Amino acid sequence: MQQWEAVIGIETHAQLATQAKIFSGSPIAFGAEPNLQANAIDIALPGVLPVLNRAAVECAIRFGLAVGGKIAPRSVFARKNYFYPDLPKGYQISQYELPVVVGGSLLIPAGESDKEIRLTRAHLEEDAGKSLHEGAGQHFRGCSGIDLNRAGTPLLEIVSEPDMRSAIEAVAYAKALHALVRWIGICDGNMQEGSFRCDANVSVRPAGRQEFGTRREIKNLNSFRFLQQAIDYEIQWQIATLEDGGRIGQATVLFDPETGETRSMRSKEDAHDYRYFPDPDLLPLVIEESWIAEIRAQLPELPAAKRERLIADYGLPAYDAKVLTASLDIAKYFETAVTVAGAAHAKTCANWVMVDLAARLNREGREIGESPVSAQQLGSLIARIADGTLSTSLAREVFDALWTGQGASADEVIAARGLQQISDSTELEKLIDDVLSGSASLVAEFRSGKEKAFNALVGQTMKATRGKANPQRVSELLRRKLG
Amino acid sequence: MALTREQVHRIAHLARIEISDAEADRTLEQLNDIFALIAEMQAVDTSGVEPMAHAQDVAQRLRADQITEVDQLTRRTAFQLIAPQTEDGLYLVPKVIE
Repeated sequence: MQQWEAVIGIETHAQLATQAKIFSGSPIAFGAEPNLQANAIDIALPGVLPVLNRAAVECAIRFGLAVGGKIAPRSVFARKNYFYPDLPKGYQISQYELPVVVGGSLLIPAGESDKEIRLTRAHLEEDAGKSLHEGAGQHFRGCSGIDLNRAGTPLLEIVSEPDMRSAIEAVAYAKALHALVRWIGICDGNMQEGSFRCDANVSVRPAGRQEFGTRREIKNLNSFRFLQQAIDYEIQWQIATLEDGGRIGQATVLFDPETGETRSMRSKEDAHDYRYFPDPDLLPLVIEESWIAEIRAQLPELPAAKRERLIADYGLPAYDAKVLTASLDIAKYFETAVTVAGAAHAKTCANWVMVDLAARLNREGREIGESPVSAQQLGSLIARIADGTLSTSLAREVFDALWTGQGASADEVIAARGLQQISDSTELEKLIDDVLSGSASLVAEFRSGKEKAFNALVGQTMKATRGKANPQRVSELLRRKLG
Repeated sequence: MALTREQVHRIAHLARIEISDAEADRTLEQLNDIFALIAEMQAVDTSGVEPMAHAQDVAQRLRADQITEVDQLTRRTAFQLIAPQTEDGLYLVPKVIE
């Protein structure tokens, strides 16, 4: 049986987090009324001139630095020519021969270790508008409706080398890239709104062969699940076709989430004859070394570096470090909490962020940035666990009170509810004496060697203290009294 | 290098320009003259000369990331006055078939 190997490269369009469009002063907010965010430049009235948005270039530079790519000192905008109603100029302004970012790479998890995925390039371009078709309550008298709000939205197209060998690797790459663009603040990563969309180039070849097979490009995958399903289906389809003696023709295909299949787009004639040439409306983009240095200085610590530092500085397990660096917001939250609680309690902070906080956020469908319990509040709560004021179960009660806004700080909730652990031995001993005198049978069972009876006595004492005693301390005192 | 008549028709089609066979022949001749001129220029030794992307040797000026558009509804209304067909703020075009 022939062994096959898949070869996958990914092209990603990341919508850049600017205020205005890439070549005009129109806003790029999502969901506006049709054509209210399309000015004379966006709808391509004659005589208008595009002027490049500085913030879009900054986003590209940030990305280039974050992936270790080369920032081109001079790059050029080109016209990509094709006719489509949602592209009013008849061309898309993009970059072709001289892109703004060349090379770089991204690490993805692959089994036990990491795998490096090389990047070919990243270039700036404008998005097209949207074509709306009849249906779903919209009737356009047999026509298509054109909304040019999205036309001119800044995009960074990020092209990988064909370095991935499975759908799982492709998804790992897309997720790593998605996390990175959000981390460095150049893209909001909202896949439902189309802010981050992937095209996958897929081919297969007999295992061990050097040359690539003919590739097919799956367009516009806007979820990680669809990316995985589409690539898996495409790989199986290509293998089956070749094993049946067929040939793969170069094609652009669409993924149908309903059927889970990919199908060839009715190939638009001449679709690939884009006749790129330098746009005479735009001069070459020159990026000075000093500008790059300025942006480098503002770049946040990158995920990989932060992961290593969390392990080195706080002795966190690698797994914790990975979870806590899933986004910049999570990492910031954790580090603020640790600063308040004290570095010695970093692991406790990690557990609270990863378990209690994460579960509650998840249950209520909130992002960490929307957490009702701030990092400072959680840090001070953990400090009260660390100094013995709160048991874990009391801490959960305080956390719940903070979450529902019944107190501004852990200390305030503790004071208001009298939740301090009973650590005064005299008080505790008196409670234990009461429990022992009221549980003669349990005491007898324990003395006859039943260890279970001891646990029951601990439980009774904890109940008598309404959970406010330190269980370990209770256990010690009980043993002493029974011993 | 010389073009063929088929290539001229293809270029015209890509640019959505309708031309007759007679026009194609005339265009073919003109384009081939241009290619001849280019061939002459190709004879110049340009090794060591960096290609220019623009006739002016200056850099792109950048705009601040600011929204400059106000009163968008008035603008849209004005823009759509000259559009052949609109509905609910959308421009209507002959049906696009995927």
